[in-house]
Amino acid sequence: MAALQQKAKEQIVEICRKYKDEPTPLMVILSEVQTEYGYIPLEVQEVISEETHIPVAEIYGVVTFYSFFSLKPKGKYVIGVCLGTACYVKGSQAIIDKFCDLLKIQPGETTEDGLFTISALRCIGACSLAPACSINGKVYPTLTVDKVQGIIDEYKKEASV
Amino acid sequence: MEKKMINIKIEGQSYQVEDGLTILEAAKRCGYNIPSLCEYNKGECSKASCRVCLVEATGARGLVASCVYPVSEGMEIKISSPKAVKARRTSVELLLSNHNMNCQQCVKNGNCELLHVANITGARENAFKGVKTETTLDILGPGIMRDTSKCILCGRCIERCKKAQGIGILGFEKRGFNTIVAPAGNRSFAQAPCLQCGQCTLVCPTGALTEVSEIPLIDKAFMEGKKVIVQTAPAVRAAIAEEFGDPIGTVGTGKMAAALRRLGFYRVYDTNFGADLTIMEEANELLHRIKNGGVLPQITSCSPGWINYLEFYYPEVIPNVSTCKSPHEMMGAVIKSYWAERNGIDPKDIFVVSVMPCTAKKTEEVRPQLSHNGLRDVDAVLTTRELARLIKRSGINWDMLPEEDFDPDLLGDYTGAAVIFGATGGVMEAALRTAYFALTSKELNPVDFLPVRGLQGVKEASVDINGIIVKVAVASGMANAKKLLDDIKAGKSEYHFIEIMCCPGGCINGGGQPYVKPVFLNKEGMDILDTYREKRASVLYKEDKGRPIRQSHNNPQIKKLYEDYFKEPLSEKSEELLHTHYKARERYPEI
Amino acid sequence: MQKIDSFKKLEEEIRINSEKLVAKYDGKDGFRTIAMCTDTGCEATHALDVYAEFEKQIKEKHLENNTRLAHVGCFGLCSQGPFVKIYPEETLYRLVKVEDVEKIVDQDIIGKKVVEELLYEDINTHEKIRKLEDIPFYKKQVKIALHGCGVINQESLDESLGCDGFKGLKKALSMTPQEVIDEVLASGLRGRGGGGFPTGRKWQFAKNSVSDEKYVICNGDEGDPGAFMDRSVLEGNAFEVIEGMMIAGYAIGAQNGYFYVRAEYPKAVERLKNAIKLMNERGLLGDNILGTDFSFRAHIRLGAGAFVCGEETALINSIQGQRGMPRPRPPFPAVKGLWDKPSIVNNVETLANIPYILREGASSFNKLGTEKSKGTKVFALGGKVRNVGLVEVPMGVTLRELVYDIGGGVPNGKKFKAIQTGGPSGGCLTEKDLDVPIDYDNLIARGSMMGSGGAIVMDEDNCMVDVAKFYMEFICDESCGKCTPCRIGTKRVLEILNKIVSGNGEMEDIEALRDLADTMRDGALCALGQTAANPVLSTMANFMDEYVEHIKDKTCRAHVCKSLMQYVIDPELCKKCSKCARNCPVECISGVPGKEPYVIDQSKCIKCGTCYSVCPFGAISKR
Repeated sequence: MAALQQKAKEQIVEICRKYKDEPTPLMVILSEVQTEYGYIPLEVQEVISEETHIPVAEIYGVVTFYSFFSLKPKGKYVIGVCLGTACYVKGSQAIIDKFCDLLKIQPGETTEDGLFTISALRCIGACSLAPACSINGKVYPTLTVDKVQGIIDEYKKEASV
Repeated sequence: MEKKMINIKIEGQSYQVEDGLTILEAAKRCGYNIPSLCEYNKGECSKASCRVCLVEATGARGLVASCVYPVSEGMEIKISSPKAVKARRTSVELLLSNHNMNCQQCVKNGNCELLHVANITGARENAFKGVKTETTLDILGPGIMRDTSKCILCGRCIERCKKAQGIGILGFEKRGFNTIVAPAGNRSFAQAPCLQCGQCTLVCPTGALTEVSEIPLIDKAFMEGKKVIVQTAPAVRAAIAEEFGDPIGTVGTGKMAAALRRLGFYRVYDTNFGADLTIMEEANELLHRIKNGGVLPQITSCSPGWINYLEFYYPEVIPNVSTCKSPHEMMGAVIKSYWAERNGIDPKDIFVVSVMPCTAKKTEEVRPQLSHNGLRDVDAVLTTRELARLIKRSGINWDMLPEEDFDPDLLGDYTGAAVIFGATGGVMEAALRTAYFALTSKELNPVDFLPVRGLQGVKEASVDINGIIVKVAVASGMANAKKLLDDIKAGKSEYHFIEIMCCPGGCINGGGQPYVKPVFLNKEGMDILDTYREKRASVLYKEDKGRPIRQSHNNPQIKKLYEDYFKEPLSEKSEELLHTHYKARERYPEI
Repeated sequence: MQKIDSFKKLEEEIRINSEKLVAKYDGKDGFRTIAMCTDTGCEATHALDVYAEFEKQIKEKHLENNTRLAHVGCFGLCSQGPFVKIYPEETLYRLVKVEDVEKIVDQDIIGKKVVEELLYEDINTHEKIRKLEDIPFYKKQVKIALHGCGVINQESLDESLGCDGFKGLKKALSMTPQEVIDEVLASGLRGRGGGGFPTGRKWQFAKNSVSDEKYVICNGDEGDPGAFMDRSVLEGNAFEVIEGMMIAGYAIGAQNGYFYVRAEYPKAVERLKNAIKLMNERGLLGDNILGTDFSFRAHIRLGAGAFVCGEETALINSIQGQRGMPRPRPPFPAVKGLWDKPSIVNNVETLANIPYILREGASSFNKLGTEKSKGTKVFALGGKVRNVGLVEVPMGVTLRELVYDIGGGVPNGKKFKAIQTGGPSGGCLTEKDLDVPIDYDNLIARGSMMGSGGAIVMDEDNCMVDVAKFYMEFICDESCGKCTPCRIGTKRVLEILNKIVSGNGEMEDIEALRDLADTMRDGALCALGQTAANPVLSTMANFMDEYVEHIKDKTCRAHVCKSLMQYVIDPELCKKCSKCARNCPVECISGVPGKEPYVIDQSKCIKCGTCYSVCPFGAISKR
């Protein structure tokens, strides 16, 4: 608990109180905390538990059930490689392998410099542009293995500016 | 209201059953025990998850989980259709393929429901092979341990913790094949605000949740030639016989004392002496608070699960809680002081073992506040279940044991008031008997104070003691106590004295007591889960009734102890040896 | 903002806005309208940049007085996006890039001459096609669920009103709830989310449940990989889905509706929020709608990345702030659903059909389709097919029509192998099934299912064991973990498939797969687990020879399974340029530049395929 800054705590309390009139608002609260705070560690869950009177273990169970929620901070750039059927049959496995290979991390992990997180996504609805990946919401259509390095470089450059 | 009856068929035979039953319940009443695993106590589980109780039923697509599927008029149920038999077997085989099968060494061997269904469904050896879910073994204890390699994700423990204690320390984590049951963050019980009450161990079908055994500590003490003195809590006698196949509600006092003597203990005492001593201190503490405008209501302190709850969840209420140590700790303190002095034995050579119905007692014995001159008041705590194992290990035939008494010297006598400590309301009743006498110099009449008896979660009563209306309340199970505590916190409580016991029903239903698993109790009634607590409590009230002395202040050895040693309740000496203190604890400390 | 609080006002609004919408496109005011899809698919191909460029050009060239730009929803043929449609001529340009904008503006908007090279070109005849409805992809389509998509501004309530909006609601409110249900029953509408349960019957159950509070839930947790129809419907015309929800609410006696939408669909969520806000403002949501006793409020809850939440009871648990673990049924949601109150859960597309049924009448709906499957179905056609995108066709068109007439067949001269429908719960259909009319029952009879409408075409380069493995991986990942057959069963199936694709399979594994599949089908708690084995069963049924090849011959004919294939360099074709060796990450290719052809050391090769893709001479092949 000590690890959580007072200000962050207030922010989370505020989010919880915003939804106090919603019936069973846990998912709503978690979604907003995830978006605002970037991740939902145990200390944050304790605050949510105090506000909502939901047991911490139950909140932890919900956080770890849904892949959208994260216990650890994600990288500055989240590379979501689509492994939906349409992308998969068009070779997206090779694309994600290439990202992993170049960034030297596994799906779900974040690079040491905190820049990139790779996540395997299930269909981002861009099937007509398969294989696709999305980086912080921006969709990269019709990828090939040799485009991967370029994409990484693009973001490395952006980060260094 | 008359229950509506409906007609069903099972295996082609016609039956009439109550409407609204599940197939599993209905079949049981008609004489069919459908193999089932995760189901417990009418849905105190994650519901229909294990798929071991699958049967065929008309009107349903595929097979149905009989534990949740309701019977309906005209339904035909097939338990032994080849499809159902195979499906039940495969469910079990799949569970086994993800199970840590060290059954021989498993403490649940003999009480394991998974092993039982594996046997009756005819699971084949190594039918399915593959990787196993990543596991966690939490043995930091000190009260209970968790081994996820044996967990079948039935969710009973999760529900029990929520229902009994209102906490929900356990939950499902992750999903799919990676799912485990754990405290938040897969922490150890020792690093989470767990009461270690052990209620979860009572319902776990396998060896995934159990007490941390202290039998090795005792073996070591014997090995080192220590004077190993044992004391047993009142609730143990109300249940120990169950471990040897006796019906629930069998009195085990005499045989237990006999068994302990045969196990080589230097003295075999009853914690009831400590309970009488507790009453002396606690009743006087209450009177002191009432007379001197102290913090009220006063709350009892015997239940270590409750004390854990207090320190984690209601530290504001600490001033209300009696400073009295719990009976076995008082007993330990007295053994290592008064008794040791009188017997000329160095307290360092004494090893005090408490046999308790409780796993939280294991967290209590290691509290630094409960030691004196660097020596712990109590050195080891065994649960009722562990004692049974110790007895079985020694080859003692329970049935042939004689009925014997506890050792009589110095700390041997006890009153009926002490015996009823084991049931919810018992401490209250015992304290009222003594408080009444202290204020009026007359005995409470009748001795039985019925309003605080019974298994309701919260009970209230008031007693007129010399014009003072003393209002009392009794709660068992933290979920029930919560309301009373919230009122205290809000300054709204109107009570003078509150008894709180961690486990629902009190110590007779403690987390260290024998398992009540209907699947292994074919001779008990179908409603055994509703009746066992009452049956065990009746053992205690029966013994109370039969004791020659039924008020703690009339225990001659207690009187002598005060005369010779403590002088009077709340004296300097008793404050030093018999009282303790509490402090707030962080729920999820940084690790 | 004027409230629309009576039938009369609604009629008036509909009349005014219909006229406005017609006027927007008919050019009678002397304006040309440039309509662009800016939804997720086209946005990914930079439609917004194109849109901005049009804005810029119109300004620079002072065309504001006779040209307007319009956002519209998805056109469907997403693989050809971004689209630009010029009204009133209805000229359709596709694959428009920022650099094409000036040309369109100069040549068409100013010069009134069609830019031929940006027109759609017929795959076979290479003929240029100017109008959307003449493109074969659109010829068989009938838009009911996608009504208004590609026509109205997705964020304008007025345009929705101008496009038949709320006529269905008005009709419903003039009927009794039972009459509404009877109409839906008569339409023959079945749930579009997968199961195909008759929608009217579901409503009837909920109506029959007595309760002070009931709920309508719209299932927008579209999770089937390869399916995106719900997203397009919500993005393109959210108003109509809300209208459908309100009609459902009126019919069953609910006053509150919950949309449960995937968090992965931010734009759909935005559109819904906007639509609800606008409708609240105009009194189309709230108390006493259109002056009647009917009150209704719509709420949004987001999913958070769990496929199983598409299962209705898991979805309800998720709204309740719990893990998305399905509940045993009975009790069914119609009796005990959200917060234990009677609830119906209808899929987005299902609800999108409702306004049409009320507006046009059940008879107009049920004349489309087959005997037991009425109306249309939206499919997300993808995979190895030329025209990838969203299509809405009447039930009963054949798979052949879908794959060849609409989809344009398999590209690159490859051979059609299978079409997978129903997502992870469905199965593969092959050549022999191509002439089967698509409906719920026919697909099930052939070992697949309708599902939510994903239709993925596979060609000879797809390994069917690998496809089965893909789906099983998906399900294994997405299993909630509650029941044994799904939690452990899928893992064991996946392990066996992995064993087979890595060349370690044994023939007994086939039996084990069947065994496990039976247990999952008969014994799993929810539909996710019960159908989890379908991809395995259907690939085994149709492609047993491929399984056997993997197991006995240790070969993968599609060269997909890495353990069973090799990259080899043809010494005849190798020009000894050394490019492959320089690019090999594990340095397993050797040769002498310009002198000796290159050779791959198979013992070191990790089969990453880099050499294969970099060889300029096509000298490297898979074997």
